[in-house]
Amino acid sequence: MIKTENLTRKFGDNLAVDRLTLQIDQGEVFGFLGPNGAGKTTTVRMLASLIAPTAGQASVLGYQVGRDDQQIRRNVGILTETPGMYDRLSAWRNLTIYAKLYEVAAVERQVEKYLRMLGLWERRNDPAGSLSKGMRQKLAIARALLHEPRVLFLDEPTAGLDPEASRLVRDFIAELKGEGRTIFICTHNLDEADRLCDRVAVFKTRLRVVDTPARLRRQVYGRQVVIHLTETAESYLPVVKTLAQVQTAEAIDNKLLLAIETPEVDNPDIIRRLVTAGAGIQFVGELRHTLEDVYLQLIQEEAH
Amino acid sequence: MEKIKTIIAKEWAEVFRNRLVLFTVAFLPLIFVAMPLATLIAMNSVAGSDALGATAGVVDDNAEIMAFFGEQCRGLSEYDCTLVYTLNLFTLMFMILPVAIPVTIAAYSIVGEKTTHSLEPLLATPITTIELLVGKALAAIVPAILATWMAFGLYLLSARFMTTAEIFARLADPMWLIAIFVVGPLLTLLAVSFAIMVSSRVTDPRVAEQISTVVILPLILLLIGQSVGFILLSRELVLIIAGVLVLVDGLLLFFTVRLFERENILTRWRI
Repeated sequence: MIKTENLTRKFGDNLAVDRLTLQIDQGEVFGFLGPNGAGKTTTVRMLASLIAPTAGQASVLGYQVGRDDQQIRRNVGILTETPGMYDRLSAWRNLTIYAKLYEVAAVERQVEKYLRMLGLWERRNDPAGSLSKGMRQKLAIARALLHEPRVLFLDEPTAGLDPEASRLVRDFIAELKGEGRTIFICTHNLDEADRLCDRVAVFKTRLRVVDTPARLRRQVYGRQVVIHLTETAESYLPVVKTLAQVQTAEAIDNKLLLAIETPEVDNPDIIRRLVTAGAGIQFVGELRHTLEDVYLQLIQEEAH
Repeated sequence: MEKIKTIIAKEWAEVFRNRLVLFTVAFLPLIFVAMPLATLIAMNSVAGSDALGATAGVVDDNAEIMAFFGEQCRGLSEYDCTLVYTLNLFTLMFMILPVAIPVTIAAYSIVGEKTTHSLEPLLATPITTIELLVGKALAAIVPAILATWMAFGLYLLSARFMTTAEIFARLADPMWLIAIFVVGPLLTLLAVSFAIMVSSRVTDPRVAEQISTVVILPLILLLIGQSVGFILLSRELVLIIAGVLVLVDGLLLFFTVRLFERENILTRWRI
């Protein structure tokens, strides 16, 4: 669906994207994470045929970037980082213009469909400039979807939105995911990426890592189990450290933090040993690191 | 063609919501109609009741007058010659009018979209550069030309009832018809192409407007030249100007499209 091979973009001497190679399958929601200036927007612009690569190749829906640009523009939708509207024109008129430019067959039906779907129908005659930021963002998403693109690029879809508006946009993206579209999301919102994306890539000029959020967590932190005891955990450290299945063990107040390869297999034995040693067990659970933890860890490793 | 029509409709919907622009397009031509008619009324009243028919002494034998006013005064009295000469200066302004109206609209067309961040979504659609620029250009040119032609028609119609047939024939001379209906649109195309080219190269709408208005300067020089007798428009000269403008317009359109670099516009501008 989206395939890049050593995709590179330079601006003068400044290398913005360096030999990016990745493949994104149909129906996949792909998160593209990275700090400001990492080259995320440049990548999206190349994949949407807005700018040409300096080197390497990319194809979207089988169309070659740089050769089949019109076909790519016809078949992808893009929500730009700062999606401008024609503020003096109504929401309806804004979408009608774009539906015609995207060669939509049933213009009015499509415009109505997305205005209703995004909860903007009642405000359809209001000038776009009078809409709230959240509504404008939804209008911009509607604009990107009018021609029913099979690939959708969303550049910071919830940036600058309040929590309620962010949630609305996020829920809508989740709905789109159910429709089998391929969605490429550039975001700083790691919680959003964690919830929505099948796979994420950490990118800073070049691709650092790409995998599912769960596998990235394991890759960076391994699997950790936390055991809450009724008393101070320090005295039970020797018990768990002797166990072969425990890779590392740490006591923090009344909690034991254990690194274990397969908790679902090893937990019963470890708990039994602790109970035998006289420990009172309150709770047992797997410690779940956020994608933000993983991301910051990876970016810090990169800095060193 | 559909995309060009969409761009034109979009531009008009946006531009004409601005009342000042609407005022410029609608009322500037009316002012250009009022000025020569007011002059005509004033000159008629000064000359007295005989003015409309004043034919005493044709200027043909006066070599000095003929040298200055040229063919436009052949067979006319001194008074009628002065009247025709004065009114023709205003007629020349109808050639300049369609240039003045759309320049600011065209100058804003690209840089304006960039400052409001609507250009990138627009360029992400399957619209070609030619479709986009033609749409933008026509959106600026058509109202200006139509308004000018209507104003010129109104002026001629009014003048028909306020002057003699002989004088009217000089005002509606084929030379002026070519100037208004051929040279005017060609000049407008030149000015709009230049303004759009500037608009796609600068980062500030004010700079675009200031640079674009430079194109009006040669026309003002032409007006001054005509008024002091330095340049006298003739049918041949108007046809030569039209021919040169066809070539210049062709070249300018070519460069406007070539210089519209989507990448640079998206990546090098920082608003």
